[in-house]
Amino acid sequence: MENMVQTAMQNVNFAAIMPSLVLTCFCLALLLLNAFVKRGSTSYAAFFSLVALGATACVSYLAWDNPQFGFAGQVALDNYAVFFNFIFILAAALSILMSDAYLKREGYPVGEYYTLILFSTVGAMLMASGTDMMTIFLGLEVMSIALYVLAGFFRRQLRSNEAGLKYFLLGAFSTGFLLYGIALIYGVTGTTNVADIGSYLAMNHHLVSDPILVGGMILLATGFLFKIAIVPFHMWTPDVYEGAPTPIAAFMSAGPKAAAFAAFMRVFLIGLGSMHSTWVGMLWVLAVLTMIVGNFIAIKQTNLKRMLAYSSIAHAGYALVGLVASNAVGVSAVLFYMLAYTLMNIGAFSILVLAGKVGEDNLTLQGFAGFGYKRPVLAVLFTICLFSLMGIPPSAGFTGKFFIFAGALNAGYVWLAVIGVLNSAVSLYYYLRVMVYMYFRSPEEEFDWVQLKPGATLCAVISVVGVLVLGIVPGAVMALARHALF
Amino acid sequence: MIVSVYHYMVLSAILFSLGTIGVLTRRNAIVVFMCIELMLNAVNLTFIALSSYLGNMDGQIFVFFIMTVAAAEAAVGLALMITFYRNRESIDVEDFSLLKL
Repeated sequence: MENMVQTAMQNVNFAAIMPSLVLTCFCLALLLLNAFVKRGSTSYAAFFSLVALGATACVSYLAWDNPQFGFAGQVALDNYAVFFNFIFILAAALSILMSDAYLKREGYPVGEYYTLILFSTVGAMLMASGTDMMTIFLGLEVMSIALYVLAGFFRRQLRSNEAGLKYFLLGAFSTGFLLYGIALIYGVTGTTNVADIGSYLAMNHHLVSDPILVGGMILLATGFLFKIAIVPFHMWTPDVYEGAPTPIAAFMSAGPKAAAFAAFMRVFLIGLGSMHSTWVGMLWVLAVLTMIVGNFIAIKQTNLKRMLAYSSIAHAGYALVGLVASNAVGVSAVLFYMLAYTLMNIGAFSILVLAGKVGEDNLTLQGFAGFGYKRPVLAVLFTICLFSLMGIPPSAGFTGKFFIFAGALNAGYVWLAVIGVLNSAVSLYYYLRVMVYMYFRSPEEEFDWVQLKPGATLCAVISVVGVLVLGIVPGAVMALARHALF
Repeated sequence: MIVSVYHYMVLSAILFSLGTIGVLTRRNAIVVFMCIELMLNAVNLTFIALSSYLGNMDGQIFVFFIMTVAAAEAAVGLALMITFYRNRESIDVEDFSLLKL
């Protein structure tokens, strides 16, 4: 973190927002296209979205090692932002791959769905590259507003309505806290620019314990931690994941969570870096609470979407450990972990998409009894994703957790690492139980409704290959993550 | 009495707290949403008071963005409430009961 963000005071530099700009143009084109194509066919929209994401990935890649700054220090497309852009693009692309057949099965073949995913990705990219509270706030809202709609997308299904409305009310509530925090920090430092806040606090160190600043920091953290689903701001997660369309639950657990982490780390390490001793204790406690609550409540779940929701809470806790360590190893491990988590979690969700019946009432432990005999290939893919979520080598989940706990040990947080490892052991119980049902229970159903739809199958295969590659040769990606730090 | 920035800060803190209490205690989803709007407007007041106090325009620009976003949020939120009402014939938050906690 020696090379902090340098705020070049150029006013307009479109290269700095090029990925968001390109994706927005594609989004608008897709919206227009939707108006002219007959209802009911959405495969073209999925294909178009994948092309859009591919183009955005290419444009993002151009900025690797070629950082662009612009708009009076509002935006910085540095390596850090590019790395996260790739995570968002990957999450969006994998979710879109599994969506097409799913939407048709559930009876909502609507092209706007893809536009909303892409808009949400635009917001996530703005959040990762925002170096001013204004940009970060706007990115957060562009991302969230699209997600509110997506969570409630199945408008004739009460469960989805409820998920959308709950997410909306709690999301807007947390935005209020985030904004009040920004306002108080603005009052103390006189700026909303992250780097300027950082240098102001470094020069005026006596302000660090100012109650208004500390209050603002806590409120700001509340806003971010809500999006990341850290205990005690996690209550919405299981309900929203269970009620939302499954590909959207997969997307929400990967892309937006990584985006919130990206902005959170930029603001807290650069902007509020001088207050490290104030916030690190708070985050230590929250990380421990999150891991414990997430893992222990997941044990009780029988619905697999809900179980994965609690597991996603626990995984946010592991990632927070890397931020608590706040050294180069820990922070780059968070970047790596976000990528690994994207792959393993979306992989697991894609199996749920493939195995679900219409209405998805069979996505329970009992519903998976004997799945391993009837559908051996899918069961193996699912097993690999679950092994990775547990953190068993050679998988991305293992290497990710290894780097994170190594970071915590390097920073001297021995107990935090110990608690993290013990929690991983607890998580074995509920992940292994799924496998017990799949392989050691006699099948009650024929699983004849399971069709290997190309999109979702491709999504599962890509995820599993990614999980194994990151698990067996993590060095290259870890080097990129290290290189991406600010 | 001279009205200083502290008076504005205290007023906006009171408004923000009222909004928060409203969100936590009211049961009608629309009233809850109105309370959230109250919180956002308390933030707007803070920003404008601080902006004038600091002699710095950033805060006022921020307020424009907050108002724009609040309008977009209202559009989406009310649409979600309408779809919920169509299926459930109620917008009472106590009726968000299908998904247990």
